[in-house]
Formats: sequence, structure tokens, C-alpha cells
Amino acid sequence: MIRINEDYCKGCGYCVRACPKKALHLSAQRNANGVTPPVADEEACTKCRLCEVTCPDFAITIEEEDEE
Amino acid sequence: MKQASELYETYLRTDMLPTILCSGCGAGVVLNATIRAIDSLKMDLDNMVFVSGIGCSSRLGAYINADSLHTTHGRAIAYATGVKAANPDLEVVVFTGDGDCVGIGGNHFIHGIRRNIGINVIAINNYNYGMTGGQTSPSTPQGSVTTTTQYGAFEHPFDIAQLAKTAGAAYVARWTTSHPLQLQKAIRKGFSNKGFCFIEVLSPCPTSYWGRNKVRNPEEMYQWYKDHTIPIGRAEEYPEKIPIGELVNVEKREWTEQWASLVRKVSP
Amino acid sequence: MNAREAIGDTVQFVQGDKACVYGALLAGCRFFAGYPITPATEIAEEMSRLLPLIGGTSIQMEDEIGSISAVVGAAWTGAKAMTATSGPGFSLMQETIGYAVMTETPCVIVDVQRGGPSTGQPTRASQGDVMQARYGSHGDYELIVLSPSSVQEAMELTIRAFNLSETYRVPAILLTEESIGHMREKITIPDTVPLQSRPATEDEAAPHVPPFSPFGRGKKAFVTGLTHQDNGHPSTDDHEVHDRLVRRLCAKVCENMDDIFQADTVRMDDADTVIVSYGISARPGRAASEMAAQAGRKVGAITLKTLWPFNYAYFAELAQRVDHIVVVEMNCGMLYHSIREAAAGNANVTLVSTLGGKVADPTAILEVIR
Repeated sequence: MIRINEDYCKGCGYCVRACPKKALHLSAQRNANGVTPPVADEEACTKCRLCEVTCPDFAITIEEEDEE
Repeated sequence: MKQASELYETYLRTDMLPTILCSGCGAGVVLNATIRAIDSLKMDLDNMVFVSGIGCSSRLGAYINADSLHTTHGRAIAYATGVKAANPDLEVVVFTGDGDCVGIGGNHFIHGIRRNIGINVIAINNYNYGMTGGQTSPSTPQGSVTTTTQYGAFEHPFDIAQLAKTAGAAYVARWTTSHPLQLQKAIRKGFSNKGFCFIEVLSPCPTSYWGRNKVRNPEEMYQWYKDHTIPIGRAEEYPEKIPIGELVNVEKREWTEQWASLVRKVSP
Repeated sequence: MNAREAIGDTVQFVQGDKACVYGALLAGCRFFAGYPITPATEIAEEMSRLLPLIGGTSIQMEDEIGSISAVVGAAWTGAKAMTATSGPGFSLMQETIGYAVMTETPCVIVDVQRGGPSTGQPTRASQGDVMQARYGSHGDYELIVLSPSSVQEAMELTIRAFNLSETYRVPAILLTEESIGHMREKITIPDTVPLQSRPATEDEAAPHVPPFSPFGRGKKAFVTGLTHQDNGHPSTDDHEVHDRLVRRLCAKVCENMDDIFQADTVRMDDADTVIVSYGISARPGRAASEMAAQAGRKVGAITLKTLWPFNYAYFAELAQRVDHIVVVEMNCGMLYHSIREAAAGNANVTLVSTLGGKVADPTAILEVIR
């Protein structure tokens, strides 16, 4: 599950460019912080975590479901 | 690999987040890569000191959940030398910027290298003095428009990684914030080399530099650093591109090690 | 080998520069960073000879800014650390001295004064850095400046500089001159000296002096030259945070004047005139007082060992008791102004000023008294 921390995200779009599967795009609306955070396409995401590693603001994390 | 949230709770002063850095500033990527390198080596955060000078890059130490020394402009390497020399068991990291490191700090930079004091210096090169609003710096590319070169910078910039290599640093690498995994690996390798380790990180400065130099938004900047760099091995083929990768990795007797053997030799 | 053994015989005939090193080692100094400069180089040389013998660390840095910066870095590992220089280097160190004040870093700086301004008279004494020692960095701050008037005192006041610096977590400057730095005199070296260390816990803390968190002990110390809250985190826009911090940093020195201030006096009771001097100038000062006594005059002599913080109350009270205060300095008049200010017109304050490495002649002081 891709979790966005909208308090940390500054809408820079690094994660969008870093994602090899184009699973992220910046939302059209600005949030309360005036930022356009990324929106995730869960299916396309392969959990490679490149977005996590690239994010300058620690705002995107891939939460592992509790696999058996 | 630890869950990201757990990683951040362990290594970051999360109460201090979000950082003061601008949207699209690459320095945050360096902070991210640094804590991941530390985690991957299972290093003891309580045995580390993060020293920094003045400038945007130098604010990174404040966000790490460890001892940090935020010093004066250009002198971080000299302070860090004192920390390491007085307690060689400490793992000392220096966050600095292009201006802080090779502008005002140039003298301490080349002598820290010459002396081969065992510190890990990460210089975030964003091509200008960002904190003060975008003045030209010793690494500003020729032709750049900055607030102090409004008709275009004509001076010849340093190649900072080459400067470190020529001064004799034990480990030298250059990456960009668009290469976070390679950067993380380079930081890890730096920690394994006991001598003076230097990593130059090319990093976008959306607010003070690129806005005045024809790259409009952070996503384009992210791409710029991929398009305008080339792995060192293929640098000849693309002379106009900036070579990135590992320039030096040699073993070289480190200052505190040499001091310790001198003390052993002379003590009665 | 411990420090006392490394120093050697109890009675020696040594230069003031060397005596400073002895005092530093006895006080627990185990880190020195310096840069060659006449007339202080002997301190760096002696440190490089002795510190390795006792497991300390001595390093020659690329310049004076690097030297004082390394000292501050070392101090934050818990070490007692020192540098030594003269006027030109002292000027380069001022920004970092201000940083040490703001971050409450204990450290000692020896300034062996030479002729200034600029390159001046490298091999001649002066007392021209007195104001720089107090006001050389930027912003409102206080620190401690001691001044020895003999080679024995060069050792003793270096010990005291470390102890005061540790107690109040503030840089302490030993302000001496080329004459004492390069002069040899007999000194007696104690076997043990009283040692102070920076407060480690709340209950050890003195008023206004927070406990010290050394690096490498898991305290996650947050040290910055930016205006900061009590937990060290930067807070640069809140005027109350800045006001409280700056006033505390000043108060911890000024409100402990009784502990910090020291002066030696001779022939003070019912003196109508008093000669005030410090450092090498204290010698003609004391001599003039003695010569005046032989001529039946009641002239006291005060040798200031603490220059800063300046003891206004002491001199205000003195001005009530005597008619004439003669200040003897190897500059155009520096501490003279502070003394005159404290006297507030209640006593005549005159200056005997010498330059060019010339120490005042006692007879010249007597002329001013008649």
C-alpha cells in the first residue's frame, strides 16, 4: 500500500519521475498545504521502493501488507 | 530492509520535519541516502557525529537523531578534524555545500584531504549560494545567471570531485540526487574507507538557481541531472557530459591512526 | 606517563610560553591545535613535544581559523582543548570564539600580544589586544580574560583559565605579551592542582550553566551557532528566545564576578594614589609604588589578574577612596577608559602609555604622580 504523508510532501514530483512503472502522477488539486501530492496507481506499483528512496521529504512509504 | 516509517523514526528527528528545504531541493535525497547507508551497515548512531557548515546543505545534521555540530561557514571540516582527532572512535560525517566547501572553506578542504583525517564529507553542489538567494559560487557553470552574475557568469568553475582527487583524497565519488541508490552505495563505500572520504552530489536548487537558468520545475530538474551526466567509464565519448561514479578508492594511512602509532612509539 | 611526570623537575627556569603549556597539561588539557606565529610558536612546539608523551593530541592546522575550529570540535568530545596565537591570528579566530560563546563550549585561547596593528612588531610586546580580547567577535557576549605578570603566573593563570572555562562553559583567554612569553624565569611546579570540569548533570550545573552533553554518549546533542532554545533546536525568529539566551550567556559570567575577578594589591591602606596595571606593566607599576613609599608618599599598586569581565564596582569603590588612579598600559589607553568610566569623576584617572615594545619606566610613572 502506498502511503503519502501530506504534511511532509512538498509536491516536487521526484517520485513521479523516479517510478519505473509510471504508477504515480501529481494530483490536479492543491491540498491544504497548497501542495499537489502524488496519486498512486496501486496496481501498477511493483513495490520497488524507488519512490521511497528518491523522496527528499520522506513523504512516500510503501507499507507491506502482513504477508503470511 | 526496514520499513520506511520505522527507518525514519529511528534515524530522523521526526519532530523537526518537514525540513526547511524548498520543494524539489535535492538535499533531502542526500539525507535519505545517508540514513539508508547507515542503516544498511548497522552503524551505531550514538557513535556518529554530523558536522555541518552554513548553507542549505548544512541544515541536514539537524534532522538526524544523533549528535550534530552546526558550525560556522566554511569551517565544518576543521571542526570535524578536531572531533575526529580528539576521539578517533567516532564516525564523523560532514554535510557541506559547494560554497561552504570550496568557496570560503577551500583551505580546510584541501588540508583536511592532505592530512587524510578520517571523516566522510558529503558536499551537495547546487551550483550556487542557495540559502542567501542565489549568488554565483565556485562551482557555478559558465554562463549561468545568478544574482551576482546577472549578465552571465564567466569565471571557470571548479570540478570539485577532481579537486578532491588531485589533493589526494582516499575516496572520491560524484553522483547526483537523481541517482539515489548509487549515492547510497557510494556513502556506504565511503564509510568503509578509513581515510578522508569525499562525495560530491550534484543537486537541483529550484528556487535560487534553476529558476534563473531555464529549467522551470523540479521534475525537469530531476531529468536534467540524468541527461547531463555520464558514467565515468564512458566519459570520453560524451565530453560535454559530467562524469559521475567513483573516481578514487585507495587505502591511505589515516591521521588518527598515524597519531596513535606515534604516541605508542614515544610513550615510555 | 602522566602530565606531571612529563613536565619534569619541580623547579625550572623556563619561558612564559612554556609555562602556559605546563599549566594547560596540569589543568587536564589533552588537545592542542595551533599555527605558527611569533611570539606564540613555542607554545605549539612544546605542546607537540609533551602531548604525545601523555596520550594527548596535538595538531598543526592550516591556519588560525582551522586551529580554533578544531579546538571547539575537540571540546565537544569532552576534551579540554587549547590554542595559542598572537594578534594577527587572534583576529582570525574571533568568529569561532563567538561560536564557542554561543554554544557554551569550554576552551582556552592564549594570545601572546605583539606590536600592532597589522604585522607590526612581531618580536616586541604590546597590550594592544585588550579590547579585541573582550569585543573581538560580533554581538553581545561576555567571556573571561586573565593576564599574568610573571612566568609563574603564566602557568597558574592558564590552570585558572581552564577551570573557569570549564565551570562556566565559556571561552577563557589568557592575555599575555611577548615579554612574558619569551622571558625566562624560575618557576615552581605544583604536583597537583585543583581541577574543575564542565557540569555533566543538572545538579552539578552552576546558575545559568546547563549540563554538557559530550558527543559519542548517545545524548543526541544538538549544537548550533544559530539562536537556539534550551534543547538546542534552532529558533531564529522569536525575539524572546534570543533575548533570554543572550542575557543568560552574559549573566553566567557577570553574576559570578566574585569567583572570577582577581587582583593583587600592595600598600593600599590610606593610599591617596593607586597605580593600576596588568601583565608586564605591573612590574614598573609595583616598582613605582615602592619608590614612592621610599619617598614618603602613600601610593598603592593594583595588579589586575582578571581583565574581563571588567569589575566596575571594584573601581567605583576605589575612586571613592583615592584621589588619583594611574593606569599603566602598553597601548594608547584601553582599560584606562573602562577604569575612568567606573571612577565616574570621583578620582582623577591618568594614563601612562607606552608603545613600540617599550615597557613603562617607573620614574615616568612617578612623574605623573607628583
